[in-house]
Amino acid sequence: MTFLARRGVAALGLLWLVLTLTFALLHAAPGDAADLLVAPDAPPDAALQLRRELGLDESLAQQYGRWLSNLLRGDLGESFRRREPVTRVLAEALPVSLWLGVTSLALTFIVGVAVGALQASRKDRPTDRLLTGLTTAIYAAPSYWLALSAVALFTYGTSRLGAPAWLRLPAFGLTSPASEATGLAILPDLLRHSVLPIVVMAAVGAAGIARYARTALLDLRRSEWVRTARAKGLGPRRVMFRHLLANALPPLVVLLMLALPGVVAGSVFVESIFAWPGMGRVMLEAIGARDYPVVMGATVAYAGIVVLANAASDVLLHVVDPRRR
Amino acid sequence: MTRTERWAGGLLAVLVLGTILVPLVARKDPLAIDDVLRSRLVGPFSTDEAGQFHLLGTDRFGRDLFVRMMLAGRLSLAIGLVGSAVAGVLGVAVGAIAGWWRGAFDRVAMAVSDAMLAIPRLILLLLCAALWRPGTVTVMVVLAATGWMGVARLVRAEVLGARERPWADAARAVGTPPLRLLVRHVLPNAVGPALVATTLGVGNAILLESGLAFLGLGVQPPHPSWGNMIAGGRDLIVTAPWVAIAPGLALVLTVLGCTLLGDAWRDRLAGEGPTTLADRA
Repeated sequence: MTFLARRGVAALGLLWLVLTLTFALLHAAPGDAADLLVAPDAPPDAALQLRRELGLDESLAQQYGRWLSNLLRGDLGESFRRREPVTRVLAEALPVSLWLGVTSLALTFIVGVAVGALQASRKDRPTDRLLTGLTTAIYAAPSYWLALSAVALFTYGTSRLGAPAWLRLPAFGLTSPASEATGLAILPDLLRHSVLPIVVMAAVGAAGIARYARTALLDLRRSEWVRTARAKGLGPRRVMFRHLLANALPPLVVLLMLALPGVVAGSVFVESIFAWPGMGRVMLEAIGARDYPVVMGATVAYAGIVVLANAASDVLLHVVDPRRR
Repeated sequence: MTRTERWAGGLLAVLVLGTILVPLVARKDPLAIDDVLRSRLVGPFSTDEAGQFHLLGTDRFGRDLFVRMMLAGRLSLAIGLVGSAVAGVLGVAVGAIAGWWRGAFDRVAMAVSDAMLAIPRLILLLLCAALWRPGTVTVMVVLAATGWMGVARLVRAEVLGARERPWADAARAVGTPPLRLLVRHVLPNAVGPALVATTLGVGNAILLESGLAFLGLGVQPPHPSWGNMIAGGRDLIVTAPWVAIAPGLALVLTVLGCTLLGDAWRDRLAGEGPTTLADRA
């Protein structure tokens, strides 16, 4: 319990630091919201009046206090462009990004660990070399470029080559625009639309995890207890599953935490290419429209997700590794 | 040199030489647009109607993709190298000061680095690109400003460990001034890990730079960058896939070279942990 309490306080402290940093960045940048919102031909005192309305004429400390206390009450301000509360804009986009992030992270983890374990058990043989080349190349490729290539291949390529219909995948939006299904009936359509984005995101992540899992498992395999296990007659499969993977779990949990920012950031590109109305697209549109409250809100939300996941993985590590208790 | 080092080093050397030489010997200005209708979207390894051969084809304005790709490489490589070199130097300085003198600076620097590591780097880059004017210099500054934390933590840990070693006591006992002890004896121990982290950071920086350019928040057209070239081929991906695929391959090869070289150097140092994951575009 003390561990959980300490971890919670640390997470809150980190969150406060992130919020302060975001505030500092916004106010270090040239110009303010009033410069942006006032028409160029407006009378000179229009900007002054707007600054007073928005509270931009107060001292920096006062603005910081107000911003932070509003934030604590769940008020992230109002979007300049959409004239709605930022929290509502983000709440609409969050489920889309969470669906993309959570499914691709799960797939990333399963495929990555499986590939890494396969490589470790076939060290320096052709399978290992081939997979090393493949994972290194995919890890070096930008996700948006992989996404574009996948779109070309699975929309145009498959229909031109006369591939079966299930291989011709949609590459735009969450559901088909013509679909009038509601409720659970949209699920098959949603899943079909999810295949390409999720696979592209998982491919990049899984390549990284596989590289890490391979090294971690090979390091562990040199341990003396592995030699003991083999010496007492256990087969290679049992050693791999019961002994090696069980011991590699804690570092892999840490890795899951390290992979999260990449997944979150990768969703910006994937959402932009596949036209998914998630957080990444909201942030990009807000940047294009100079909609600062939304940009700030999205940054805070992203950081919140990372801090939360870090704390959760620490707790998880506590659970999977009895030595830490 | 191991085989990996030779291959990765050779690959990077060819790329660097190509980016320097190819635009110099090109017959036509890679930024100039002239007879668009006769030369646009020529496929790879073919000749346009004016009789000009194009190794990788042309884009929608009839500009030679190979020459543009090499010109873009100059900018991408320069931004990646300068951005991560500055980040590396900044990281060594912050890490050394924080680890050697401790105190308030240490606490503030580590808190700031914790906070910055909690925001995904791409989001931090997007935020800065939104607040300042997008462009080459902004991208370089922002890459440096968001890339120092890893190196700073590595160097700080090395310095903290080294100052307690017996040889550090010995050096103090013979009267070595503290600053000389730090620069001549303690820091050289930290240079290896810092160099590896920085080399691996170059590939990352190039990917992030290209990602920003792809989104229109980095290097601005008409200056070519691999990212904005891929963006230019985005809506042609079905009719003229080579426009987006060629710069992507150049990007993959460059990042591959940096990753392999960084990995090989880390293996040389041994005792370092397995690959850590960083944000990728």
